[in-house]
Amino acid sequence: MTDANLLYTDVETALRESVRALLSDQCPAERVADCYDGDSALATRLWRPLAADLGLAGLLVPEERGGAGASAREAAVVLEELGRACAPVPFLTSAVIATRVLLGTVENGLLSQLAEGQRTAALAVPLATSPHEYSPTVQESGDGALTGQISGVAGALEADVLLVPARRGGELALHALDVDSVTVTPVVSLDMTRQLADLDLNGATGRRILNGGTETVLSQALELGTALLASEQLGLAQWCLDATVAYLGERIQFGRTVGGFQALKHRLADLYVRIEAARTAARYAAGTEADRDPDRHVAALMASTYCSETAVAAAEECVQLHGGIGMTWEHPAHLYLKRAQADQLALGSPQVIRRRLGDLVDLPMPTSS
Amino acid sequence: MTTEESVRADLKSRVTALLDTHDPRSTDRLEFLRAQFDAGLAWVHYPEGLGGLGLARSHQSYVTELLSAAGAPDNNPRRIGIGLGMAAPTILAYGTAEQQHRFLRPLWTGEEVWCQLFSEPGAGSDLAAVATRAVRDGDTWIVNGQKVWTSQAHLARWGILLARTDPDVPKHRGMSYFICDMQDPGVEVRPLRQITGEAEFNEVFLSEARIPDTQRLGAEGEGWRVANATLMNERVAIGGNAAPRESGMIGITAQTWRDRPEVRRPEYHDQLMSLWVESELARLSGTRLRQKLAAGQPGPEGSGMKLTFARLSQQISGMQLQLLGGEGLRYSDWTMTRPDLVDMTGRDAGYRYLRAKGNSIEGGTSEILRNIIAERVLGLEPEPRFDKDQPWKDIPR
Repeated sequence: MTDANLLYTDVETALRESVRALLSDQCPAERVADCYDGDSALATRLWRPLAADLGLAGLLVPEERGGAGASAREAAVVLEELGRACAPVPFLTSAVIATRVLLGTVENGLLSQLAEGQRTAALAVPLATSPHEYSPTVQESGDGALTGQISGVAGALEADVLLVPARRGGELALHALDVDSVTVTPVVSLDMTRQLADLDLNGATGRRILNGGTETVLSQALELGTALLASEQLGLAQWCLDATVAYLGERIQFGRTVGGFQALKHRLADLYVRIEAARTAARYAAGTEADRDPDRHVAALMASTYCSETAVAAAEECVQLHGGIGMTWEHPAHLYLKRAQADQLALGSPQVIRRRLGDLVDLPMPTSS
Repeated sequence: MTTEESVRADLKSRVTALLDTHDPRSTDRLEFLRAQFDAGLAWVHYPEGLGGLGLARSHQSYVTELLSAAGAPDNNPRRIGIGLGMAAPTILAYGTAEQQHRFLRPLWTGEEVWCQLFSEPGAGSDLAAVATRAVRDGDTWIVNGQKVWTSQAHLARWGILLARTDPDVPKHRGMSYFICDMQDPGVEVRPLRQITGEAEFNEVFLSEARIPDTQRLGAEGEGWRVANATLMNERVAIGGNAAPRESGMIGITAQTWRDRPEVRRPEYHDQLMSLWVESELARLSGTRLRQKLAAGQPGPEGSGMKLTFARLSQQISGMQLQLLGGEGLRYSDWTMTRPDLVDMTGRDAGYRYLRAKGNSIEGGTSEILRNIIAERVLGLEPEPRFDKDQPWKDIPR
C-alpha cells in the first residue's frame, strides 16, 4: 500500500522542465488575465505546442492505441506546471478525463486523434460533478436523437468533440457528437482560465460509442480527474507560496523586510508544511493510479480533499500577505485565487469527497442520529 | 550478485553465526545483546568495533528482521531512546576512542540508561542561554546549576550535560558538553509533576557535582556545536519509523467510531475525516522523507513533520473527548506516579488530551519550529538577536 514512489523520477523532472520552459515563454500572467476580458487568443495559441509538439495530449494513451504510453505520474507533473502557470488549456478535460473515457471504449480513431493533438474532446458533464454522484440529464429517443441540457461543462468551448452520456429507458450510453451539432453557450465563469459552457441538445445525433458499463467508465474517468487535479492544485499552491515568499523578502516596512515579522513568517511556515503534505497526497494519488494499486481510490479522494483546500488556502494567503497589490487586477494573485476556488468546487467539494472517503475506509457517516 | 545482495548474504551469515553460538532460547538476555554488539549487528551503520560494520543505516532493518524471526531479545529501544537517539550519535561524532569504547556498549545493551541535561528554567527555547556553571579544578569540573524536563533522570546512570564554562564570551561560544555521572553525590533528582498527574520528567539539581575532564565531549567552548549534533539526531529520530495506516491517535478515534455506533454523530463526521486524511498524509510524508534520504536527498521536512504531529495529536485527542461526551468527564487516575515509559496513546482520553499539550512544547516549540522553517527553508529574514554578540554575563536574565 505504501510502495508507491513519492518522489519525482528523472524522466518526470525532465518533462517538467520542458513544460515549464514552454509556459514561461508563451504563457505570461498578463496574457492569462486577458481571458477575463474576452480575449481567448492565448488559449488557442498555447494548446497546440503543448498537445502536439510536446506530445502531452497522448501521455495517457498506450503506444498501441497511438499515444506515448506514459502514466498518471507524468500527467501529474504536467498538471503541476499548468497549475503553476494558471495555463488556460484543456489538458485536464481532454487529455485526462475525455481520454480516460475513450480508453474505456473500443473507439480508436478518435482516441489517436486526441493523442496526436489533432482534435480535442470534452466529457459533457457539469464540472462540479463528483465521481460518485453523477446523474444524466440528456435523453435519447427511439431514433437516436439526443435532447436535454447540461450546464457548467468545462472544456466544451475548446472541444471539437463532445462525449455525451444519455439515458435511453433504464440504460446509460455514451455518444460522441460533433460540437457543431450542439448549442454551446459560453458562461461568464468565476475562473475564466477554465471557462464553462452550457450545452443544449435539441435532437442532435452522434455516434454511440459505449453501451453497457457507461456508469463505470464515467466514474473511473472522473476519479482519475480528481486524482490528477490534485497535482494542478499543488502546482498552483506552490506558485502562491513562492510568489509570496519572494515578495515578503523584498517588501520593506518599519525598516525591515516584512517577511521577518513572526506574524507573517509563521503563516508562511504553516503554508509550506501544508504544501509538502499536499505533495505527498498528489504523488501518492498519481503513483497508486499508475501502479493500479488497490489503494488508488482512497488515494484519489485524500488528494482531492487535501489539495483543493490547500490550494485555496495558499491563494488566500497570497492575496492577504501581498497587501494592497494582491487585490489589484495587475498582480496575478487573483488568477490563482479564482482558479483555486473553482478547482475546489470541481469534481466534488471537499466535504462531499470526505463523506465518500468515510464509506471507503469504514468510517461511515451515521445514517440517522 | 549485486552489491545489495552480497551485503545481505554477508549479514545473514553473521546473524547465523551469532545465533549458532548464542541460542536465544538458552542464552541470558544481556549476554545475547553483548554478543550481538560485539558481532557488529547492534547498529550496522556504526564502525566496526563499536557495535557496527560501517554499512548504510538502511541495512539494520534486515538484521533486526532476521533476529526477531529467530526469537532473539531486543534492547527495549523505547526505554533507552535518549541513549540511542541522542547520546550515542553525539559520542560517535565527538567522543574520543576511549569514551566510545567505554560508553557505547552498555548504552546499546541498556545496561546503562542515559538522560539529557539541557533545558533549564531560564533556558528553554533559548537553549544557548544555559546558566549551569562548570568551573575547572585541575582535572575535574565542578558543576552548579539546575536542569529541568529531564525524562529518565531517576533511572539514568549517565547524563549528557550542557554547561557554561566561559561567561565572558557571547553565549554560543562559552559552553562545553559533558558526560555527567548521575550517581555523583552532587546530583539530586526530584520528580516534576505535570498536568496529567504523573511525573514523567524530573528536575535535576547540580550542587558541587564533580565531572572528570576525561568526560568532556568535544573541545572546551565547543558545547553548542556538540549539542546541535544531539538535537539534529533528535529530529531524525522523530521522523524515523514506518508505521501502518491508523497508527497512533487517529487509530484510537477511528476504532471508537467503528466500534461504538452510539457515539457517531453527523456533526463530527467531516472533522473526523479531515483528521484521518491529515494523519494518513503525515504517515505517508514519513515514507516520502525516508525515500528522499535513501535517494541521497536530505531535506528540511523533519521540522515540518514535528509541527504536524503535534497539531494532529492535540486536535485528535480533543475530538476524542467530544465524541465520548459524558464519558470524557471521567479521568482514570490523578495519583502521582513515575512511569518508566510514556505512552502518548495509552490510558484514557483525558490523559491523552492533557499529555498531547506537551507535544507542541517538547523537542522545540511549534513557534520555534516555524521560525526555523521560515528562516532556513524559505529564507526569510531572521529574528533580530540583540544578545548575539554580547558577553553572556551581560545579557539580562
